[in-house]
Amino acid sequence: MSEEKKIFGRADEFLALFKRGAEFSKELLVENERLRTELARLEDRQNSAAQTPEDWSKLRRELLERIRVLERECLNVRERLGQVETENSQFAQRYVEIEEENNNLANLYVASYQLHSTLDLDEVLKIIMEIVINLVGAEVFAIYLLDEESGALGAVAAEGAAVADFPKGRLGSGALGKAVAATEATCWDPGQSKDLNQPIVCVPLVVQSRPIGAISIYSLLQQKDGFSALDHELFNMLGGHAATAIFAARLYSQSERKLNTIQGFIDLLTN
Amino acid sequence: MGQQRILIVEDSPTMRQLLVFALRRLKGVEIVEAQDGMDGLRKVSNDHFDIALIDINMPVMDGLKLIRLMRSEESLKEIPIVVITTEGASEDRERALSLGANEYLTKPIQANRVLSVVKGLMKLS
Repeated sequence: MSEEKKIFGRADEFLALFKRGAEFSKELLVENERLRTELARLEDRQNSAAQTPEDWSKLRRELLERIRVLERECLNVRERLGQVETENSQFAQRYVEIEEENNNLANLYVASYQLHSTLDLDEVLKIIMEIVINLVGAEVFAIYLLDEESGALGAVAAEGAAVADFPKGRLGSGALGKAVAATEATCWDPGQSKDLNQPIVCVPLVVQSRPIGAISIYSLLQQKDGFSALDHELFNMLGGHAATAIFAARLYSQSERKLNTIQGFIDLLTN
Repeated sequence: MGQQRILIVEDSPTMRQLLVFALRRLKGVEIVEAQDGMDGLRKVSNDHFDIALIDINMPVMDGLKLIRLMRSEESLKEIPIVVITTEGASEDRERALSLGANEYLTKPIQANRVLSVVKGLMKLS
């Protein structure tokens, strides 16, 4: 019995050993398959890559050429970017200029619109004063009107000093008179002397090449450093439009007076 | 967001028109004009405004008095105020700012500067 047990025990051991051998063989087969696949993959890669020194050299040349092309493209792109940035900066600058131009035109339009909004001489003078204070930034100035018969220039409205403080002028003599006779805006040193005999700017008021008066500026508001391009545009505009507005207001006033006189006669004759 | 309202208190019609011209560039705002401090006070008390541009030297009631009254009135004291004036002295500026003005601009005005200040105070883009 014990002999029989021993035989069965050895048979079991053998069977177990055999099973382990079988499993090991299976694992070897799987590993073998994996290695075959890997080998095939590596062979594929090897076949598609350069195999000879000439192939390597060709590949190198192609890559270098590709790098050169890309570098050229990169340079072109950088150049274009630079151009776009320059254009952009030019557009921004142009935008600022147009904005400024737009603002200047608005100032000129408003000044012109206001000047021609009334036929009352006092109101016209008031509007001229407003423009010179608010748009030009003058602190001391006067509006002179010319007596065409005598050639005398007398202040009729003023800011910063009483009208009576402004000296009378004569067409063709003195700083004011010469500037008015020249019928062109004249600028002297834009200091702050407040000397009422020496204006810093004289803007003759001219209708059809005939001077009818002037705007004479003696000092500027403390925050105003000097005259800008817009100020000169305003002087030109005032020289023509303020003169026309004054001229029209005077004509209207005269015609009103004549109309009243005629109406008076008619009333006298008909009653 | 509804339409924002701007009040211009200025005695000079030329200056008012110039400010209206500049502020019209802002989208979605309504501009109301007042010709002196009293007119400005009446308008600002009767209607809602998001900002007020106030001149200093005006007939009837000057700008400084208007600012003082606005800042003492509970319903008006939060309205941003921009002073626009010919007075360029630093003491004038300090006086206006100490009374409660938010900004102080001197004439002659630059339209861009006015727009930028108004946009900033109204928190407009």
